[in-house]
Amino acid sequence: MKIKITINEKDKIFEVEPSEYLLDVLRRNNYTSVRRGCDNTSCGVCTVLLDDKPVPSCSLLALKANGHRITTVEGIQEEAHKIGLYFGNEGADQCGYCNPSMALTVYSLKLENPKANEQEIKEYLVGNLCRCTGYVAQHEAIKKYLGDQS
Amino acid sequence: MNVNEYVVVENIDQAYQLFNQNKKNQIIAGGAWLKLSVKEVNKLISLDDLSLNYIKTNDKSVEIGALTSLREVEMNDVVNEIDHGILSTAISQIMGVSIRNLATIGGSIMGRFSFSDIIPVLLVLDCQLYFHNRGEMTINEFITSKGLDRDILTYIKINKSTGQSYFKKISHTALDFSMLNVAITFDGSFRIAIGSQPGMAMLCEQTMAFLNQQNDISEDVIEQAVSIALTELKLSSNIRASKAYREVLAKTYIKRGLRQVIK
Repeated sequence: MKIKITINEKDKIFEVEPSEYLLDVLRRNNYTSVRRGCDNTSCGVCTVLLDDKPVPSCSLLALKANGHRITTVEGIQEEAHKIGLYFGNEGADQCGYCNPSMALTVYSLKLENPKANEQEIKEYLVGNLCRCTGYVAQHEAIKKYLGDQS
Repeated sequence: MNVNEYVVVENIDQAYQLFNQNKKNQIIAGGAWLKLSVKEVNKLISLDDLSLNYIKTNDKSVEIGALTSLREVEMNDVVNEIDHGILSTAISQIMGVSIRNLATIGGSIMGRFSFSDIIPVLLVLDCQLYFHNRGEMTINEFITSKGLDRDILTYIKINKSTGQSYFKKISHTALDFSMLNVAITFDGSFRIAIGSQPGMAMLCEQTMAFLNQQNDISEDVIEQAVSIALTELKLSSNIRASKAYREVLAKTYIKRGLRQVIK
C-alpha cells in the first residue's frame, strides 16, 4: 500500500506493508537518526513527532501515519543544535544514541509547556531512557535551555 | 505480527460488519500494545476517519470518544476536576508522554489489560461505555461479562463528580507495569477498585457495602474494611510480585487511601 507523509516539511510517498511500523519505513528510507532500541515502546530512542507530538515510531503502524506530518531531528536542526550545546555544556551526553529522540522530546516540551518546572521536565522525559548519563546533567541542561528561551 | 490487509472504514456499520466477518479481523485504536497482544491479523480495521477523537462536556458529564489519546484525556481541564483528577493522575503515571500520545482510551478499555492503571479508576468513577451494537453498559458489566469483545466501543461517559479520591500505582520504575494499583473515591459513599492482582481489576463490592453502612469511619472500621477486601480480592503471584507481597501492598495502600479520602 502507498502512504503519503510529510516528513520534515517535504511530501513523501512510501510503499509499505500493512504490518510495517513507522520506524522500519523511516530507517529503510535512510532516516537513520530515528534509532531502534527496545522495539516495544519502553526506551524512547525511536521517538519522532507526529503532528508535533512525540510518539514511539516502533509502535506506530506506518499506515496510521498516512496523511500526517512527521518530524525527525533533521527537521528541527537549528533547535537541536541549540539543545546539543546545552547538553554539551552540562556534560549531559556520552554515546549520543538517545540524543535525537531527547532533542525532539525537549523541543516538544518547549512547544507544550515552555515554562516547565523541574518536576514537569522529569515527568515529560520519563519515556526517554539514557544508559550513559544518569539524567541529572540532562535535566540541568534542559532547565537552562528552557529558562533561556523564555 | 502479520497483517494481511489494512482497511480504513467509512462508517461504524462497515467496521462492525467487517469485524464480525472473521475472528482474525481486528480493530486498531492507537495500536500502542498491538505488538504485544496480536500475532496474526486478517483485516486490521482502522476507525481513524470516524471522528471518534473528541472530549465533550455538559453540566453533568464528560463524553470521551474512543479514539481520544490518553494524553488528551490527561490534559483536559474538565477531566482534571472529576473527583480531584483521579483519572488524569492515573494516566500521567503510564510510561512516558510519547506512548500516551499514541494509546487511546478506547484501546485501553477494549484491550482488557489486567495491568491497566485506567480500568480501576474507571471502575470507581462508574464509567458508562457506549457500544455500537449493544448500546450502554457500565465498565463493571463489561469487564465481568464474557463474549462482549466483538463489539465496537464508540465513546465513554463519566459523571462530573467532585468527591475525594486516591490513586496509587505500585511499580518498580515508572516504565514498569503495576505490581498492584489502588483506586478509591468517596462522595458520600465509597468505591474501591484494585488492579494488577495480577488478574483483571475488580470492584471490592463487599468492602464498599461494609463501609457504606458505617456512620463513622474509625481506624477500627478501616482495619475491618481491609480484612474484608483481602478476602474478596483475587491476589496471586506472577513475575512482578508474589501473592504475599501483593497482600501487604493491598493492606497498606487501601488503608492509606481510606484515610486520605475521609480527611
